[in-house]
Amino acid sequence: MKEDSKFKEYSGSFLLAIWIPAILVVLWAIGTNSGALNNSIFPTPQRLFSSWKEMILSGKYLNHVLSSFGRVFKGFFIGSLLGITTGTIIGLFAGAKKSTVALIGMLRPIPAIALIPLFILSLGIGETSKVAVITLGSFWPILINTIAGLSTTDPKLLEVGTIFDKSKREVLFRIIFPSAAPYIFTGLRLGVSSSWTCVVAAEMIAASSGIGYLISYGREMAQPATLFIGVFSMGIFGLIIELLVINLQKKAIYWVPNAK
Amino acid sequence: MGIEIKNVKKVFPIKNSNIEVLKDVDLSIADGEIISIVGGSGCGKSTLLRIISGLDFATKGEVVIDGKTVDGSTKKDIGVVFQEPRLFPWSTVEKNIEFGITDKLTKEEKKKKVKYYIDLVGLTGFEKALPHQLSGGMQQRVNIARSLINEPKALLLDEPFGALDAFTKINLQNEVLKIWEKQKTTLIIVTHDIDEAIYMGNRVVVMSSKPGVVKKVIPVELPRKRNRTGTDFAYIRRKVYSEFFEETEELAEYVI
Ligand SMILES: Nc1ncnc2c1ncn2[C@@H]1O[C@H](COP(=O)(O)OP(=O)(O)OP(=O)(O)O)[C@@H](O)[C@H]1O
Ligand SMILES: [Mg+2]
Repeated sequence: MKEDSKFKEYSGSFLLAIWIPAILVVLWAIGTNSGALNNSIFPTPQRLFSSWKEMILSGKYLNHVLSSFGRVFKGFFIGSLLGITTGTIIGLFAGAKKSTVALIGMLRPIPAIALIPLFILSLGIGETSKVAVITLGSFWPILINTIAGLSTTDPKLLEVGTIFDKSKREVLFRIIFPSAAPYIFTGLRLGVSSSWTCVVAAEMIAASSGIGYLISYGREMAQPATLFIGVFSMGIFGLIIELLVINLQKKAIYWVPNAK
Repeated sequence: MGIEIKNVKKVFPIKNSNIEVLKDVDLSIADGEIISIVGGSGCGKSTLLRIISGLDFATKGEVVIDGKTVDGSTKKDIGVVFQEPRLFPWSTVEKNIEFGITDKLTKEEKKKKVKYYIDLVGLTGFEKALPHQLSGGMQQRVNIARSLINEPKALLLDEPFGALDAFTKINLQNEVLKIWEKQKTTLIIVTHDIDEAIYMGNRVVVMSSKPGVVKKVIPVELPRKRNRTGTDFAYIRRKVYSEFFEETEELAEYVI
């Protein structure tokens, strides 16, 4: 009985989530097949899916996906490591905060993507420059949220640490870090989606593989199907990553009811 | 642990003006004594406890504990049961209570002790629950257990039983008294419940507000364990009430 109603609930919300995209696909099919949409820009769904299938079967698609994921993984890993450690230092020490606030305020508004040419010039056209863009793109949101999390610990909880005569280390690990965890996770979530944006942008400019590469290749070769495979892949994998992170977040900050 | 409160004055700056929250509070508490403090909301009771525990400081005057003036650096042998539960939302009941242990103990010893105090406050079965899964009164009991487990030499309780039902409240009052008999802890209990003040205290300190001053100290010379329905108890209750409503002796009669 219970299982059954749960199943109904899930399939219900799945239907609700899917009906608008479904209508859009139908409209797209009608538009492209009737000639209302220019077929040299918009491929028909049949055409798109057959090219997609072909690319998957030949193994090329997996290669592109893996190289994008590999870059995201490296860049995001380094970016979060740097973001969390620097954020911790800045968040904990008022002096560090005061001496970096102007610098951060000035550098942060510069989008990582705007620095791609600079990275290519200084780091070359290889993997390093792409990973650097992603690192930078994920670094900022993680840094900012870590700082916010570490500097907003509830003073009432800190007093509990004082009353029970806890060492600095214990206060840090049992009070300050756990209270900052929800903030840090928000940073990681924003960081991961920024990484994804950055990888595609970097690949569009200089790469010979990856999802971003599919988009620019499709444009150069006048293959709209390839271009759209790239665009849709971005959306689909972006969504999957987001769902994974949300799931992880729910488990990691289990004490926040209805953590989103 | 004897506590000397010497002419403590506390001023808080609010916007452009200063409000005087405590004025010339002078009170000498003997080692192992129980002091009840009653007084209207906002008269400075929590502030006074904060100053005694070293979480805040007096604008003038000082608090001397066992011959040493309290400042931010003194080693805390003082426990505080905060007015709000102040639990760690990420820690289970067990872990929250364990946080109160400051002695070096083995894992086994800690576990045993935590279990003992969970039983004492009636939370058996909720060891693994998180604070947001508990009712307000249950959270408050975790807060109390966390302070009791520390076995401090002096314990300051800020309206500890306010959120509890009458039955649990009386139970915990007796548990605290048992601990006091065993460990001779100096206790300061802030409460809004006059019966509780008389039941627990060796003396009842009545404070009045704006600025907070000690209006009257009423000794409770009744043997333990006290009978709340007895005539001696009623006599003292009347005395305390008359401090609040001095103009109407009739009211005092009426209350009894
Ligand atoms: N940090 C602060 N800054 C400014 N004013 C404060 C501060 N803390 C307390 N006060 C003021 O001091 C007064 C006494 O507060 P306190 O919390 O000690 O009252 P209380 O007697 O414990 O009241 P209650 O019974 O409601 O808990 C209040 O008027 C309050 O506004
Ligand atoms: Mg108070």
